[in-house]
Amino acid sequence: MWNIALRAKELSGCGIAGIIHRKGELIPGEMILKAICCQYERGNGLGAGFAAYGIYPELHEYYALHVMAQNKQALEKVEEFLQKHTFLNFQEPIPTKKVKTIKDPPLFKRYFVRPKFDEEEAEFCDITAEDDRMVQLVMEINEKIDGAYVISSGKNMGVFKGVGFPDEIAEFFRIDEYKAFIWTAHNRFPTNTPGWWGGAHPFTILDWSIVHNGEISSYGTNRRYLELFGYKCTLLTDTEVVAYILDLLIRKHGLPLELACKAMAPPFWMEIDEMPEEERELYTAIRILYGGAVLNGPFAILFAYNGGLVGLNDRVKLRPLVAASKGDLYFMASEEAAIRAICPDPERVWAPKAGEPVIVEMEEGVIPNQKSYLKPRPAEVKEDALRIGYLPPLLFSSK
Amino acid sequence: MPLELDISRLYYSQVNKIIRDYIEKGEREFIIRGVNGHRYLFAGVSAEVKVELYGTPGLDLGAFMRGPVIRVFGNVQDGAGNTMDEGKIIVHGMAGDVVGYAMRGGKIHIYGDVGYRVGIHMKAYMDKVPVIVIGGKAGDFLGEYMAGGIIILLGMNTLYPERPIAGLFLGTGMHGGAIYVRGKVKESYLGLGLKPYPLDGEDEKLLEKHLKEYCEDFGLDLSEIFKEDFIKIIPYTHRPYGKLYAY
Repeated sequence: MWNIALRAKELSGCGIAGIIHRKGELIPGEMILKAICCQYERGNGLGAGFAAYGIYPELHEYYALHVMAQNKQALEKVEEFLQKHTFLNFQEPIPTKKVKTIKDPPLFKRYFVRPKFDEEEAEFCDITAEDDRMVQLVMEINEKIDGAYVISSGKNMGVFKGVGFPDEIAEFFRIDEYKAFIWTAHNRFPTNTPGWWGGAHPFTILDWSIVHNGEISSYGTNRRYLELFGYKCTLLTDTEVVAYILDLLIRKHGLPLELACKAMAPPFWMEIDEMPEEERELYTAIRILYGGAVLNGPFAILFAYNGGLVGLNDRVKLRPLVAASKGDLYFMASEEAAIRAICPDPERVWAPKAGEPVIVEMEEGVIPNQKSYLKPRPAEVKEDALRIGYLPPLLFSSK
Repeated sequence: MPLELDISRLYYSQVNKIIRDYIEKGEREFIIRGVNGHRYLFAGVSAEVKVELYGTPGLDLGAFMRGPVIRVFGNVQDGAGNTMDEGKIIVHGMAGDVVGYAMRGGKIHIYGDVGYRVGIHMKAYMDKVPVIVIGGKAGDFLGEYMAGGIIILLGMNTLYPERPIAGLFLGTGMHGGAIYVRGKVKESYLGLGLKPYPLDGEDEKLLEKHLKEYCEDFGLDLSEIFKEDFIKIIPYTHRPYGKLYAY
């Protein structure tokens, strides 16, 4: 069985850090490690992890599935499942190193796949359908295959995480051997949920990855809301819902990134009351339609996708977040010291406002599968709109 | 001669031990370089020492301290001056969240902006009146639950021209002390039971005294600061929530 350590409630203080190069130049793993280790006391050894974007350029057409399994049998079941439902291009164990302090780690393997479709479906097969299918397959593995979890499933990216301090997890996964154009990292101090390998951050779906400091008190509401759209929460930790909310609001419903952030951390009604009419109408609609997506509780999160890095605080800033930049490099972290540890002389250092996202997207055309979510896009799934309201694009077309 | 230390390779607990040992031996002046994220520097130190810090000190700088005068050439992180009792922290940069939390004495002078929840739970007793002077702007909840002491907000040296001088929920739950703001704040931003008032003669004397010292710390021009009028925010009732549950 998974060794799930559940401790009595302790003071929380996770640490997060993220770096992005706007022109897509690769940043060595040592850099993010240094930033997260500068915030060592923010964790307690019960979880750490890294998300890296741009690490599989040769296989960038394929979804890179990082699978964590309790034993060989579980892994075999995953492989059987993948044989049946995907075209498997390449597979290998994720290289790891023995670390004294890490006892009985699970098995880690990566698979580079594309989903298979029935003949009928294949006619409509496009990126959207592929993404949807991948989400379904990941949910199915996580829910139905005992002892195995897909910990990341995006193209040209991957997540490395487990139970330990960040330096231990980095050594275990040989983070210093990777280079990425976006990195995020997490140093965990679990408070309300178990410290286990699956519960370490980042959490992901497709190429969305998220690291989080805080606690999401609305987990139950968010989870029930997401279940209506076929997302299954299986990882026993509140943060998981954020990954799926991002996927739903931005990829599926086509909300521009900033508005999606405002749906998760909405302005107060008293602020909405003071807005000009058009804006007031928009934010009223968002609060009404996306009540199930509101993240209540203290949080500072960093999330990333192929093309961008975003930092967001809860609307009263109950957890710290600092941003900085130097040239094309942008940094975000829980503490300014973490940024200065890797960039002693940033051109700009600032404290983001509560509930206002810091969005850093890469320049156009610098990486494969590049995405931009600054502008609204057409909602991808109409039946959702019938079941549960979605926002008429008219409302935010001027955004 | 002040004692010079480079702590860039040291862990914060080692640094604090070294500092305390030196203070024990009678050292009274420190210049500390290579500061980056070291937590709890000078926390709980009860001695009149003079300190220059170069870099970005970690959380809870000078927490609970009684006496040290710390000048920081850089920004300070969250919790600087937490529950400090006496002494002074001068920051030649900006500050993070919850600066001066539950402060009960001493002074904090910040050149630039501060984060959220600065000066919350400040208190005063007889001759112990803590003072925070902020040269830039402040985030939400400035002076929340304040029971005593003085916060002076200037809004001048700021990185954020687009933001209001103070955020939402200014002084929420405040029932003592005073917040002086250079310029104006929206009344809807104020907590329940608070009102802005014009200054009287006593206020002006008090402001001049504190701001003179502030200007000396940073080499600023006092007359520049007084080019704009101040308002004073204080509770108009001692128990703003006294009737919350008793209709």
